[in-house]
Amino acid sequence: MTTQKKLKVATTSLAGCFGCHMSFLDIDERLFTLLEHIEFDRSPLTDIKHCSPDCDIGIIEGGLCNAENVHVLREFRKNCKILIAMGACAINGGLPAQRNHLPLTTILEEVYHTSPGLANGMIPNDPELPLPLDQVHPIHEVVKVDYFIPGCPPSGDAIWKVLTDLLAGREPELGHGLMHYD
Amino acid sequence: MSLTFTLDGKTIPFTEGQTIIQAASAAGVFIPHLCYHPEFKPHGSCKLCTVKVNGRHTASCTMRAAPGMVVESDTEEINAERRALTQMLFVEGNHFCPSCEKSGNCQLQATAYHLGMMSPHYDHFFPSRPVDASHPDALLDFNRCILCSLCVRASRDVDGKNVFALSGRGIGTHLIVNAKSGQLGDTDFTLDDKAAQVCPVGVILKKRRGFAVPIGERTYDKAPIADTVTEGK
Repeated sequence: MTTQKKLKVATTSLAGCFGCHMSFLDIDERLFTLLEHIEFDRSPLTDIKHCSPDCDIGIIEGGLCNAENVHVLREFRKNCKILIAMGACAINGGLPAQRNHLPLTTILEEVYHTSPGLANGMIPNDPELPLPLDQVHPIHEVVKVDYFIPGCPPSGDAIWKVLTDLLAGREPELGHGLMHYD
Repeated sequence: MSLTFTLDGKTIPFTEGQTIIQAASAAGVFIPHLCYHPEFKPHGSCKLCTVKVNGRHTASCTMRAAPGMVVESDTEEINAERRALTQMLFVEGNHFCPSCEKSGNCQLQATAYHLGMMSPHYDHFFPSRPVDASHPDALLDFNRCILCSLCVRASRDVDGKNVFALSGRGIGTHLIVNAKSGQLGDTDFTLDDKAAQVCPVGVILKKRRGFAVPIGERTYDKAPIADTVTEGK
Protein backbone atom coordinates (compact mmCIF):
# COMPACT_ATOMS: atom_id res chain seq x y z
CA MET A 1 0.00 0.00 0.00
CA THR A 2 1.34 3.37 -0.93
CA THR A 3 0.79 6.38 1.24
CA GLN A 4 0.04 9.42 -0.84
CA LYS A 5 1.47 12.77 0.12
CA LYS A 6 -1.15 14.91 1.78
CA LEU A 7 -2.34 17.94 -0.18
CA LYS A 8 -1.71 21.31 1.44
CA VAL A 9 -4.84 23.41 1.73
CA ALA A 10 -4.79 27.10 2.68
CA THR A 11 -7.92 29.11 3.48
CA THR A 12 -8.72 32.71 4.29
CA SER A 13 -11.60 35.13 4.67
CA LEU A 14 -11.19 38.52 2.97
CA ALA A 15 -14.27 40.81 2.91
CA GLY A 16 -16.40 37.96 4.20
CA CYS A 17 -18.22 37.13 7.41
CA PHE A 18 -16.58 33.74 8.08
CA GLY A 19 -19.97 32.19 7.33
CA CYS A 20 -18.39 30.13 4.54
CA HIS A 21 -15.73 28.87 6.95
CA MET A 22 -18.50 27.94 9.40
CA SER A 23 -20.20 26.10 6.54
CA PHE A 24 -16.90 24.36 5.79
CA LEU A 25 -16.93 23.07 9.38
CA ASP A 26 -20.47 21.84 8.70
CA ILE A 27 -18.98 18.88 6.85
CA ASP A 28 -18.72 17.65 10.46
CA GLU A 29 -17.14 14.23 10.98
CA ARG A 30 -16.17 14.12 7.30
CA LEU A 31 -13.38 16.48 8.40
CA PHE A 32 -11.60 13.36 9.74
CA THR A 33 -11.81 11.70 6.32
CA LEU A 34 -10.65 14.92 4.72
CA LEU A 35 -7.66 15.11 7.07
CA GLU A 36 -6.49 11.72 5.84
CA HIS A 37 -5.94 13.40 2.45
CA ILE A 38 -5.08 17.01 3.26
CA GLU A 39 -3.26 19.13 5.79
CA PHE A 40 -4.11 22.75 6.50
CA ASP A 41 -1.52 25.40 5.76
CA ARG A 42 -2.30 29.10 6.22
CA SER A 43 -5.83 29.24 7.57
CA PRO A 44 -7.86 30.70 10.44
CA LEU A 45 -8.07 27.07 11.57
CA THR A 46 -4.30 26.81 12.08
CA ASP A 47 -3.40 30.46 12.66
CA ILE A 48 -0.44 30.06 10.28
CA LYS A 49 0.16 33.60 9.01
CA HIS A 50 1.54 33.01 5.51
CA CYS A 51 1.15 30.44 2.74
CA SER A 52 3.88 27.87 2.18
CA PRO A 53 5.20 28.17 -1.36
CA ASP A 54 3.90 24.70 -2.27
CA CYS A 55 0.20 24.83 -1.36
CA ASP A 56 -2.00 22.67 -3.55
CA ILE A 57 -5.38 24.29 -2.93
CA GLY A 58 -6.24 27.79 -1.77
CA ILE A 59 -9.79 28.55 -0.67
CA ILE A 60 -10.86 32.19 -0.57
CA GLU A 61 -13.94 33.46 1.21
CA GLY A 62 -15.03 37.08 0.71
CA GLY A 63 -14.38 39.77 -1.87
CA LEU A 64 -11.89 42.63 -1.95
CA CYS A 65 -12.82 45.70 0.08
CA ASN A 66 -9.38 47.00 1.04
CA ALA A 67 -5.72 46.98 0.01
CA GLU A 68 -4.78 44.20 2.43
CA ASN A 69 -7.38 41.89 0.86
CA VAL A 70 -5.62 42.35 -2.48
CA HIS A 71 -2.20 41.53 -0.99
CA VAL A 72 -3.53 38.39 0.71
CA LEU A 73 -5.30 37.28 -2.46
CA ARG A 74 -2.11 37.71 -4.48
CA GLU A 75 -0.14 35.73 -1.88
CA PHE A 76 -2.66 32.89 -2.24
CA ARG A 77 -2.57 32.95 -6.02
CA LYS A 78 1.24 32.93 -5.99
CA ASN A 79 1.51 29.96 -3.65
CA CYS A 80 -1.49 27.77 -4.50
CA LYS A 81 -1.73 25.54 -7.55
CA ILE A 82 -5.53 25.64 -7.48
CA LEU A 83 -7.52 28.63 -6.26
CA ILE A 84 -11.16 28.28 -5.26
CA ALA A 85 -13.60 31.15 -4.70
CA MET A 86 -15.94 30.05 -1.91
CA GLY A 87 -19.28 31.82 -1.49
CA ALA A 88 -21.20 34.74 -2.93
CA CYS A 89 -18.85 37.52 -1.73
CA ALA A 90 -15.75 36.02 -3.36
CA ILE A 91 -17.75 35.41 -6.54
CA ASN A 92 -19.63 38.70 -7.02
CA GLY A 93 -18.72 40.91 -4.06
CA GLY A 94 -21.86 39.91 -2.18
CA LEU A 95 -23.27 41.99 0.64
CA PRO A 96 -20.22 44.29 1.03
CA ALA A 97 -20.48 45.19 -2.70
CA GLN A 98 -23.87 46.72 -2.07
CA ARG A 99 -21.99 49.84 -1.03
CA ASN A 100 -20.63 50.14 -4.56
CA HIS A 101 -23.15 52.71 -5.79
CA LEU A 102 -22.20 55.08 -2.97
CA PRO A 103 -19.06 57.24 -3.02
CA LEU A 104 -16.58 56.08 -0.36
CA THR A 105 -16.36 59.58 1.15
CA THR A 106 -20.12 59.62 1.69
CA ILE A 107 -19.95 56.28 3.48
CA LEU A 108 -17.06 57.31 5.74
CA GLU A 109 -18.77 60.65 6.50
CA GLU A 110 -21.98 58.89 7.41
CA VAL A 111 -20.34 56.22 9.54
CA TYR A 112 -17.91 58.45 11.43
CA HIS A 113 -19.29 62.00 11.27
CA THR A 114 -22.96 62.50 10.56
CA SER A 115 -24.66 59.49 12.15
CA PRO A 116 -26.61 60.45 15.26
CA GLY A 117 -24.83 59.93 18.58
CA LEU A 118 -21.28 60.45 17.34
CA ALA A 119 -19.32 62.97 19.38
CA ASN A 120 -16.11 64.31 17.82
CA GLY A 121 -16.16 61.51 15.35
CA MET A 122 -13.08 61.18 13.22
CA ILE A 123 -12.28 58.96 10.26
CA PRO A 124 -9.64 56.45 11.42
CA ASN A 125 -6.30 56.98 9.68
CA ASP A 126 -3.87 54.82 11.63
CA PRO A 127 -1.16 53.66 9.20
CA GLU A 128 -1.77 50.06 10.33
CA LEU A 129 -5.28 50.16 8.93
CA PRO A 130 -5.53 49.01 5.32
CA LEU A 131 -7.03 51.59 3.00
CA PRO A 132 -10.53 50.80 1.76
CA LEU A 133 -11.01 50.37 -2.00
CA ASP A 134 -13.44 52.71 -3.71
CA GLN A 135 -15.58 49.68 -4.63
CA VAL A 136 -15.77 46.09 -3.44
CA HIS A 137 -14.68 43.62 -6.13
CA PRO A 138 -15.03 39.88 -6.61
CA ILE A 139 -11.69 38.07 -6.63
CA HIS A 140 -11.80 36.89 -10.25
CA GLU A 141 -11.47 40.53 -11.32
CA VAL A 142 -7.94 40.57 -9.84
CA VAL A 143 -6.48 37.06 -10.13
CA LYS A 144 -7.27 33.92 -12.09
CA VAL A 145 -9.67 31.70 -10.17
CA ASP A 146 -9.86 28.01 -11.03
CA TYR A 147 -13.07 26.92 -9.35
CA PHE A 148 -16.12 28.53 -7.77
CA ILE A 149 -18.47 27.28 -5.06
CA PRO A 150 -21.50 29.61 -5.10
CA GLY A 151 -23.85 30.11 -2.16
CA CYS A 152 -24.39 32.37 0.84
CA PRO A 153 -22.93 30.30 2.29
CA PRO A 154 -22.42 27.21 0.14
CA SER A 155 -23.69 24.21 2.09
CA GLY A 156 -21.20 21.91 3.78
CA ASP A 157 -22.32 19.29 1.28
CA ALA A 158 -21.45 21.58 -1.67
CA ILE A 159 -17.99 22.29 -0.24
CA TRP A 160 -17.47 18.58 0.43
CA LYS A 161 -18.54 17.71 -3.11
CA VAL A 162 -16.08 20.12 -4.72
CA LEU A 163 -13.18 19.07 -2.48
CA THR A 164 -13.80 15.34 -2.91
CA ASP A 165 -14.19 15.77 -6.68
CA LEU A 166 -10.84 17.56 -6.77
CA LEU A 167 -9.14 14.97 -4.52
CA ALA A 168 -10.41 12.24 -6.83
CA GLY A 169 -9.09 14.08 -9.87
CA ARG A 170 -12.56 14.83 -11.23
CA GLU A 171 -13.84 18.13 -12.59
CA PRO A 172 -16.00 19.46 -9.69
CA GLU A 173 -19.69 19.54 -10.45
CA LEU A 174 -22.63 20.72 -8.33
CA GLY A 175 -25.98 19.38 -9.46
CA HIS A 176 -29.46 20.60 -8.60
CA GLY A 177 -29.82 21.03 -4.85
CA LEU A 178 -26.15 21.82 -4.24
CA MET A 179 -25.98 24.69 -6.74
CA HIS A 180 -27.34 27.76 -4.95
CA TYR A 181 -26.60 31.47 -5.22
CA ASP A 182 -28.59 32.22 -2.05
CA MET B 1 -48.92 13.68 -43.38
CA SER B 2 -48.16 15.38 -40.08
CA LEU B 3 -45.58 18.15 -39.92
CA THR B 4 -42.33 17.43 -38.06
CA PHE B 5 -38.81 18.70 -37.60
CA THR B 6 -35.92 17.25 -35.61
CA LEU B 7 -34.59 18.79 -32.41
CA ASP B 8 -31.32 17.27 -31.18
CA GLY B 9 -32.22 14.18 -33.16
CA LYS B 10 -35.71 13.88 -31.69
CA THR B 11 -38.76 14.15 -33.97
CA ILE B 12 -40.97 17.08 -32.93
CA PRO B 13 -44.47 17.47 -34.36
CA PHE B 14 -45.78 20.98 -34.98
CA THR B 15 -48.77 22.76 -36.40
CA GLU B 16 -48.66 25.46 -39.08
CA GLY B 17 -47.56 28.79 -37.61
CA GLN B 18 -45.96 27.40 -34.42
CA THR B 19 -42.51 28.65 -33.52
CA ILE B 20 -39.72 26.21 -32.69
CA ILE B 21 -39.93 26.92 -28.96
CA GLN B 22 -43.72 26.49 -28.94
CA ALA B 23 -43.50 23.12 -30.65
CA ALA B 24 -40.60 22.04 -28.41
CA SER B 25 -42.50 23.04 -25.23
CA ALA B 26 -45.60 21.19 -26.43
CA ALA B 27 -43.41 18.10 -26.93
CA GLY B 28 -41.95 18.50 -23.41
CA VAL B 29 -38.52 19.66 -24.54
CA PHE B 30 -37.03 22.58 -22.61
CA ILE B 31 -35.21 25.36 -24.45
CA PRO B 32 -33.74 27.97 -22.05
CA HIS B 33 -35.40 31.38 -22.39
CA LEU B 34 -36.04 34.57 -20.43
CA CYS B 35 -37.94 37.10 -22.56
CA TYR B 36 -40.20 34.47 -24.12
CA HIS B 37 -43.54 33.79 -22.43
CA PRO B 38 -46.15 31.52 -24.01
CA GLU B 39 -48.93 34.07 -23.49
CA PHE B 40 -47.19 36.95 -25.25
CA LYS B 41 -45.98 37.93 -28.67
CA PRO B 42 -42.27 37.06 -28.83
CA HIS B 43 -39.72 39.82 -28.29
CA GLY B 44 -36.61 37.93 -29.42
CA SER B 45 -34.26 40.04 -27.33
CA CYS B 46 -32.62 37.87 -24.67
CA LYS B 47 -31.25 35.36 -27.21
CA LEU B 48 -31.14 32.63 -24.56
CA CYS B 49 -33.42 30.48 -26.72
CA THR B 50 -30.96 30.62 -29.62
CA VAL B 51 -30.70 27.32 -31.49
CA LYS B 52 -29.00 26.27 -34.69
CA VAL B 53 -31.39 25.65 -37.57
CA ASN B 54 -29.72 23.81 -40.42
CA GLY B 55 -26.41 25.05 -38.99
CA ARG B 56 -27.37 28.72 -38.57
CA HIS B 57 -28.05 30.57 -35.32
CA THR B 58 -31.57 31.87 -34.78
CA ALA B 59 -33.92 32.69 -31.90
CA SER B 60 -36.31 29.76 -31.45
CA CYS B 61 -39.02 32.05 -30.04
CA THR B 62 -39.33 33.99 -33.31
CA MET B 63 -38.45 31.30 -35.86
CA ARG B 64 -41.44 29.41 -37.24
CA ALA B 65 -41.05 25.65 -37.41
CA ALA B 66 -40.84 24.21 -40.92
CA PRO B 67 -40.99 20.63 -42.13
CA GLY B 68 -37.66 18.81 -42.11
CA MET B 69 -35.73 21.49 -40.20
CA VAL B 70 -32.69 20.14 -38.37
CA VAL B 71 -32.49 22.00 -35.05
CA GLU B 72 -29.70 21.77 -32.47
CA SER B 73 -30.31 23.13 -28.99
CA ASP B 74 -28.84 21.17 -26.10
CA THR B 75 -25.25 21.11 -27.35
CA GLU B 76 -22.07 22.08 -25.56
CA GLU B 77 -21.44 24.91 -28.02
CA ILE B 78 -24.89 26.52 -27.76
CA ASN B 79 -25.10 26.09 -24.00
CA ALA B 80 -21.69 27.79 -23.64
CA GLU B 81 -23.05 30.75 -25.63
CA ARG B 82 -26.19 30.82 -23.48
CA ARG B 83 -24.03 30.73 -20.36
CA ALA B 84 -21.97 33.69 -21.59
CA LEU B 85 -25.17 35.67 -22.29
CA THR B 86 -26.44 34.85 -18.81
CA GLN B 87 -23.14 35.94 -17.27
CA MET B 88 -23.41 39.26 -19.10
CA LEU B 89 -26.90 39.77 -17.68
CA PHE B 90 -25.54 39.13 -14.20
CA VAL B 91 -22.67 41.63 -14.44
CA GLU B 92 -24.71 44.36 -16.15
CA GLY B 93 -27.14 44.62 -13.24
CA ASN B 94 -26.85 44.17 -9.51
CA HIS B 95 -27.89 40.58 -8.90
CA PHE B 96 -27.27 39.80 -5.25
CA CYS B 97 -29.28 36.62 -4.80
CA PRO B 98 -28.81 36.25 -1.03
CA SER B 99 -30.62 39.55 -0.41
CA CYS B 100 -33.24 39.21 -3.16
CA GLU B 101 -36.71 38.09 -2.18
CA LYS B 102 -37.22 36.53 -5.63
CA SER B 103 -34.38 34.07 -5.01
CA GLY B 104 -35.57 30.52 -5.64
CA ASN B 105 -38.45 31.76 -7.82
CA CYS B 106 -36.21 33.66 -10.24
CA GLN B 107 -35.96 32.48 -13.84
CA LEU B 108 -32.62 34.19 -14.38
CA GLN B 109 -31.14 32.38 -11.39
CA ALA B 110 -32.75 29.04 -12.29
CA THR B 111 -31.55 29.36 -15.88
CA ALA B 112 -28.03 30.09 -14.63
CA TYR B 113 -28.21 26.93 -12.48
CA HIS B 114 -29.45 24.98 -15.50
CA LEU B 115 -26.52 26.22 -17.58
CA GLY B 116 -24.01 25.43 -14.83
CA MET B 117 -22.97 29.06 -14.34
CA MET B 118 -20.41 28.85 -11.53
CA SER B 119 -19.26 32.48 -11.71
CA PRO B 120 -20.13 35.74 -13.47
CA HIS B 121 -16.78 35.48 -15.33
CA TYR B 122 -16.83 39.11 -16.56
CA ASP B 123 -16.08 42.31 -14.64
CA HIS B 124 -19.08 43.74 -12.85
CA PHE B 125 -20.62 47.06 -13.90
CA PHE B 126 -22.09 47.72 -10.43
CA PRO B 127 -24.55 50.27 -11.91
CA SER B 128 -26.36 52.76 -9.70
CA ARG B 129 -30.10 52.21 -10.05
CA PRO B 130 -32.38 53.66 -7.36
CA VAL B 131 -35.45 51.65 -6.34
CA ASP B 132 -39.02 52.96 -6.63
CA ALA B 133 -41.06 52.31 -3.48
CA SER B 134 -43.71 54.94 -4.26
CA HIS B 135 -46.55 52.48 -4.90
CA PRO B 136 -48.46 51.30 -1.80
CA ASP B 137 -48.52 47.64 -2.86
CA ALA B 138 -45.56 47.10 -5.19
CA LEU B 139 -41.83 47.76 -5.15
CA LEU B 140 -39.69 48.27 -8.25
CA ASP B 141 -36.05 47.25 -7.90
CA PHE B 142 -34.46 48.20 -11.21
CA ASN B 143 -31.11 46.69 -10.13
CA ARG B 144 -32.36 43.32 -11.31
CA CYS B 145 -33.95 44.32 -14.62
CA ILE B 146 -32.85 42.23 -17.62
CA LEU B 147 -34.92 44.22 -20.16
CA CYS B 148 -37.09 41.23 -21.16
CA SER B 149 -39.99 43.67 -21.69
CA LEU B 150 -42.59 41.22 -20.36
CA CYS B 151 -44.04 43.89 -18.05
CA VAL B 152 -44.14 46.31 -20.99
CA ARG B 153 -46.01 43.80 -23.15
CA ALA B 154 -48.36 42.71 -20.33
CA SER B 155 -49.28 46.27 -19.34
CA ARG B 156 -49.77 47.38 -22.94
CA ASP B 157 -51.38 44.31 -24.52
CA VAL B 158 -53.33 42.77 -21.64
CA ASP B 159 -53.95 45.49 -19.04
CA GLY B 160 -54.32 48.29 -21.60
CA LYS B 161 -52.44 50.64 -19.27
CA ASN B 162 -49.00 51.17 -20.79
CA VAL B 163 -47.41 51.57 -17.37
CA PHE B 164 -43.93 50.42 -18.42
CA ALA B 165 -41.61 51.15 -21.34
CA LEU B 166 -38.03 50.57 -22.37
CA SER B 167 -36.15 53.81 -22.91
CA GLY B 168 -32.70 54.60 -24.30
CA ARG B 169 -30.54 52.67 -26.74
CA GLY B 170 -27.93 49.93 -26.61
CA ILE B 171 -26.16 49.67 -23.28
CA GLY B 172 -28.17 52.71 -22.11
CA THR B 173 -31.49 50.88 -22.45
CA HIS B 174 -33.48 50.93 -19.23
CA LEU B 175 -36.96 50.32 -17.89
CA ILE B 176 -39.07 53.39 -17.16
CA VAL B 177 -42.49 54.07 -15.70
CA ASN B 178 -44.88 56.09 -17.83
CA ALA B 179 -45.80 58.85 -15.40
CA LYS B 180 -44.83 62.50 -15.36
CA SER B 181 -42.96 61.89 -12.09
CA GLY B 182 -41.57 58.57 -13.35
CA GLN B 183 -42.94 56.99 -10.16
CA LEU B 184 -45.07 53.85 -10.08
CA GLY B 185 -47.21 55.39 -7.35
CA ASP B 186 -48.44 57.98 -9.87
CA THR B 187 -49.81 55.36 -12.29
CA ASP B 188 -52.98 53.25 -12.21
CA PHE B 189 -50.90 50.07 -11.76
CA THR B 190 -52.45 47.49 -9.39
CA LEU B 191 -51.46 44.04 -8.18
CA ASP B 192 -54.31 42.58 -10.27
CA ASP B 193 -52.52 43.69 -13.44
CA LYS B 194 -50.98 41.02 -15.63
CA ALA B 195 -47.84 43.18 -15.52
CA ALA B 196 -47.58 42.46 -11.79
CA GLN B 197 -47.36 38.71 -12.44
CA VAL B 198 -44.86 38.31 -15.28
CA CYS B 199 -41.49 39.64 -14.09
CA PRO B 200 -39.06 36.69 -14.43
CA VAL B 201 -36.62 38.33 -12.01
CA GLY B 202 -36.98 40.41 -8.84
CA VAL B 203 -37.89 43.84 -10.25
CA ILE B 204 -41.66 43.97 -9.70
CA LEU B 205 -42.26 42.73 -6.17
CA LYS B 206 -45.43 42.59 -4.13
CA LYS B 207 -44.87 44.38 -0.85
CA ARG B 208 -45.22 42.51 2.44
CA ARG B 209 -45.01 39.05 0.80
CA GLY B 210 -41.23 38.70 0.48
CA PHE B 211 -40.49 35.69 2.61
CA ALA B 212 -43.97 34.16 2.96
CA VAL B 213 -42.41 31.08 1.37
CA PRO B 214 -38.99 30.49 2.93
CA ILE B 215 -35.77 30.17 0.93
CA GLY B 216 -35.20 26.50 0.20
CA GLU B 217 -38.89 25.71 -0.40
CA ARG B 218 -39.39 27.75 -3.55
CA THR B 219 -40.22 26.78 -7.11
CA TYR B 220 -36.72 26.10 -8.39
CA ASP B 221 -35.45 24.81 -5.05
CA LYS B 222 -37.83 21.90 -5.56
CA ALA B 223 -37.22 21.19 -9.24
CA PRO B 224 -34.83 22.55 -11.86
CA ILE B 225 -36.28 24.95 -14.42
CA ALA B 226 -35.99 22.38 -17.21
CA ASP B 227 -38.57 20.25 -15.40
CA THR B 228 -41.16 23.04 -15.50
CA VAL B 229 -41.56 22.96 -19.28
CA THR B 230 -44.32 20.38 -19.50
CA GLU B 231 -46.34 22.21 -16.88
CA GLY B 232 -46.72 25.03 -19.40
CA LYS B 233 -45.59 27.46 -16.65
